[in-house]
Amino acid sequence: MSGLLKSSIGRKVAMALSGLFLVVFLTQHFIINLSSVLSPEIFNTWSHFMGTNGLVQVGLQPVLIFGVIFHFVMGIRLELQNRSARPVKYANYKGSAAANWMSRNMIYTGLVILAFLALHFYDFFIPELTHKYVDGDMTGLLDPNNPALGYKYFTETVHKFEDPLRVGFYIVSFILLMLHLLHGFQSSMQSIGFNNKYSKALRVVTKTWAILIPIGFIFIALYHHFNQLAH
Amino acid sequence: MKLTLEIWRQKNAQAKGQMVTYPIDGIDGDMSFLEMMDVLNNELINKGDEPVVFDHDCREGICGSCSMFINGEAHGPDRLVTTCQLHMRKFKDGDTITIEPWRAAGFPVIKDLMVDRSAFDRIQHAGGFISINTSGNTQDANAIPIEKADADAAFDAATCIGCGACVASCKNSSAMLFVSAKVSQFSLLPQGKVEATDRVMNMVKQMDEEGFGNCTNTGACEVECPKGISLENIARMNREFMTASMKG
Amino acid sequence: MALDSKIPQGPLADKWTNYKNEINLVNPANKRLIDVIVVGTGLAGGSAAATLAELGYNVKAFCFQDSPRRAHSIAAQGGINAAKNYQGDGDSTYRLFYDTVKGGDYRSREANVYRLAEVSANIIDQCVAQGVPFARDYGGLLDNRSFGGVLVSRTFYAKGQTGQQLLLGAYSAMNRQIGRGKIKMYNRHEMLDVVKVDGKARGIITRNLVTGEIERHSAHAVVLGTGGYGNVFYLSTNAMGSNVTAAWKAHKRGAHFANPCYTQIHPTCIPVSGDHQSKLTLMSESLRNDGRIWVPAKKEDSIAIREGRLKPTEIKEDDRDYYLERRYPAFGNLVPRDVASRAAKERCDAGFGVNKTGEAVYLDFASAIQRYGKEQAYIQHLDANDAAVVKKLGKEVVKNKYGNLFQMYEKIVDQNPYETPMMIYPAVHYTMGGLWVDYNLQTSVEGLYAIGEANFSDHGANRLGASALMQGLADGYFVLPYTIGDYLSNDIRTGPISTDTKEFEEAEQNVRKQVDALVNNNGSKAVDYFHKKLGKIMWNKCGMSRNTADLESAIEEIATLRKDFYKDVRVPGTQNEFNEELAKALRVADFLELGELFAKDALTRNESCGGHFREESIELDGPQKGEAKRDDENFTFVSAWEYKGEPKDAVLHKEGLEYKNIELKQRSYK
Repeated sequence: MSGLLKSSIGRKVAMALSGLFLVVFLTQHFIINLSSVLSPEIFNTWSHFMGTNGLVQVGLQPVLIFGVIFHFVMGIRLELQNRSARPVKYANYKGSAAANWMSRNMIYTGLVILAFLALHFYDFFIPELTHKYVDGDMTGLLDPNNPALGYKYFTETVHKFEDPLRVGFYIVSFILLMLHLLHGFQSSMQSIGFNNKYSKALRVVTKTWAILIPIGFIFIALYHHFNQLAH
Repeated sequence: MKLTLEIWRQKNAQAKGQMVTYPIDGIDGDMSFLEMMDVLNNELINKGDEPVVFDHDCREGICGSCSMFINGEAHGPDRLVTTCQLHMRKFKDGDTITIEPWRAAGFPVIKDLMVDRSAFDRIQHAGGFISINTSGNTQDANAIPIEKADADAAFDAATCIGCGACVASCKNSSAMLFVSAKVSQFSLLPQGKVEATDRVMNMVKQMDEEGFGNCTNTGACEVECPKGISLENIARMNREFMTASMKG
Repeated sequence: MALDSKIPQGPLADKWTNYKNEINLVNPANKRLIDVIVVGTGLAGGSAAATLAELGYNVKAFCFQDSPRRAHSIAAQGGINAAKNYQGDGDSTYRLFYDTVKGGDYRSREANVYRLAEVSANIIDQCVAQGVPFARDYGGLLDNRSFGGVLVSRTFYAKGQTGQQLLLGAYSAMNRQIGRGKIKMYNRHEMLDVVKVDGKARGIITRNLVTGEIERHSAHAVVLGTGGYGNVFYLSTNAMGSNVTAAWKAHKRGAHFANPCYTQIHPTCIPVSGDHQSKLTLMSESLRNDGRIWVPAKKEDSIAIREGRLKPTEIKEDDRDYYLERRYPAFGNLVPRDVASRAAKERCDAGFGVNKTGEAVYLDFASAIQRYGKEQAYIQHLDANDAAVVKKLGKEVVKNKYGNLFQMYEKIVDQNPYETPMMIYPAVHYTMGGLWVDYNLQTSVEGLYAIGEANFSDHGANRLGASALMQGLADGYFVLPYTIGDYLSNDIRTGPISTDTKEFEEAEQNVRKQVDALVNNNGSKAVDYFHKKLGKIMWNKCGMSRNTADLESAIEEIATLRKDFYKDVRVPGTQNEFNEELAKALRVADFLELGELFAKDALTRNESCGGHFREESIELDGPQKGEAKRDDENFTFVSAWEYKGEPKDAVLHKEGLEYKNIELKQRSYK
């Protein structure tokens, strides 16, 4: 297997598989986030489950972190290699004539998503981990001394969407994520060797997904943002 | 037609090159692009200058020699043609046309617009064949019926002329379309299946060693390919490669 | 020196088998001690290099292109003949042999052609085993089509790219041997001389086209698979780089040049569009299966078309002259190439030509579209009287058969051939003449072999469609590898050939002198100026029809042009770099000599036969009135020319042709 990752195709397949894994994760993440619009209770219950279940925390979470890091590191590495494959650039290169913008700019959309992830880690993940594993509070309650107040997840999440600047950055990031996915999702199918008479239909599915999911995330952000303004 | 040509001039592999501007007049729409270059070269020779060097031979779109990057695209703005089949009627009076060599680490410039594509040959040496001797005693050609769809798909892959437009157009200078066309041709035919594992492993290994970039599925190669070689071939090679890797 | 064709004794059908059983072999261990040089990597050279390496010889292969895969065999479109009789239409080795000899107008060797027909079936087996994707039918078996001049379907094809697929097959066989180190490949190398040691070919001098380096290469035998010399006409369907240099240098070293005047002018090429024209593009002969050839019956219509006042589709059926159908009712549009070409020239010379230059005739698919459309409408239960439906269906059928050719035509001419008839005109396509070889494919220089189009070949005075690919591969895969063993079996004790000898020194100096002279000539005209002039002389005076006066003046004019060339050619740049002008100058220098010998040969052959039509030799009356008149009594021989300094001093040797199995007949396609 290590030999496999030394070959260009092996790396491509690895990029595709990690990407597909992230697609699954994103779907799951979206469903939980969407529940915050529907019902704070469901959102809280699911969030607590995800945040404290041993299998999720010890089993899936490291895989996710590895998947994210792998996708980024490999992506950047491949990009550097690709650049060195053309040491002298063209004076006139009309990339748009033969390939769409999304496919040609995966590295840029990817890097913006990376920046977003950094913010996301700063916002949610690091405080959450610190709180859980450093401070040792696994209850998920707003106030462990007053369980009647209930779980903290909904309140904290909604609070993050107060700042219009943050919401703006959130929206921009998700638009770029959409662009990234518009190429990335279908491209992963090609990379794992799926290109046949069903591909046309599958492309419609991947594109629809790539548009709907980020729009959904944006909707959730705006929903909470304006909801708070209203209150 | 009156045109302004901006052409990459480079004395030899070691020299530093630059774009040089040449005005040209009296170009007829019925001329092929290379015949337009002939006119320019003739003028240069008569002035005592050195003509622009470029690869060309059959001038009917099949040998794969010609290789010009014209106005930002491999083989110019027309589709499904090589440079030699591109005609000047695709341009307008007064146009400025940039002409560059293929750019890729795997295709070093030899002189002006001529590049060294022997990397493609080396990839083929690594496995672009079926190991069969010329004995005259091979089984009858009709001994193995081959489904027409497979035979046609193998043919479509085999029409690759090895010009390198795929590498030139790809933002990553990837040679995947070329290599996959060859791998596909053989893997679609029963005769070629026998060695499929070794073939794909060896050819991909050689491709990687030649310094081509990685495929990111932009699809530019397919669009610019003068023979319309399909991306399906790349997907097929990816499958073949994974299967082969599992086998060890 | 008398010409010995070394044809084995015995009945025709057994000659090759018996001969193979008797010739000397080289044992595998000794093959490792023997080097063979193969120049040219087309179908003949490529297949020979691969096979010799498979057998165990050390092969050095040379081509001037950047890769062996780009040799001009790649451009052959139509197909390859083989006597497989898969269609069950009565084909056999004998029939293929007979058709080839008849098609060649009875000017080829029976024994060679029979051998060719015999191994033709092996070629298809071999190519399929190599992974050549020939066209197949829905049952998964190989498909065939028919070609001009024959009555059976024996042509195997891969759409309109048969040559490409066959060459890639040979190239893949080479790749396997290059990968194993058995072939050492020299790309971008041009052969500039043959080196003879003790009368035997023992090496070559080459120029590395990238660095300009002059190199010596030695071997126990040298094989030339360097193609034909159609570019002596400047405009031809050959590639820009196709040249006669290797064959001509061999000729100057003692190899006889046979039948230089036998040139094939192919009837279906895209007409010349102007002075800028650098080469001509062939449209496959298979188009004549469905296209009808015509010109306007009234001269004023032709003039109106040339001036752009009238469109071909506006000319009524009655005002069209389908001249091939009129003159040759039996074969119609499917007459052999030489006949179709001359008929087109005759109409254009008489003032009926179409396009701007007046040198074009129509190839019309309108009736094929109608015919196929009606058939499809019937099959699909649609209204066969609805013109629009019929046209649409018919176009689809034509597109399936010839789509890529139609597309190519449209790209070049900018007219849609589905809507308006194609314009075509004959162009130089193939040269039947070449280095004289015996049954072993050895030239008159010992150890020097010529294969494929480079030899004077098995096609006599005219080549039938789909037989050039057959001959190239037969020579390379199945003939030469056997026959060369007979010669090399004497060399097992010779050891490596040194390049450090006076013979190599002399040959190298020879080349250097010529290169120096050209680079330092400081003339005033580019190489192309002379090449174009030569082409004009050749086309006008040694083209589709020839006469004594023209040929005599051509000889004079070419000799004068050659002198001018050496006086006034300008080769910019230096010799130590990639210098295409220098490469071209070296090639044109040889064309300027060959052209003169060509005219001299044509002058000597005072008969009309195959591709060589002498205006003095036509049928004066009877049903064949006006057709070519062959003179079997005086000209049933191969003209083999020996070099004696200047082309005009060349000495003619005649190899008489004996026909024991075929009766000589007048070719009639009426």
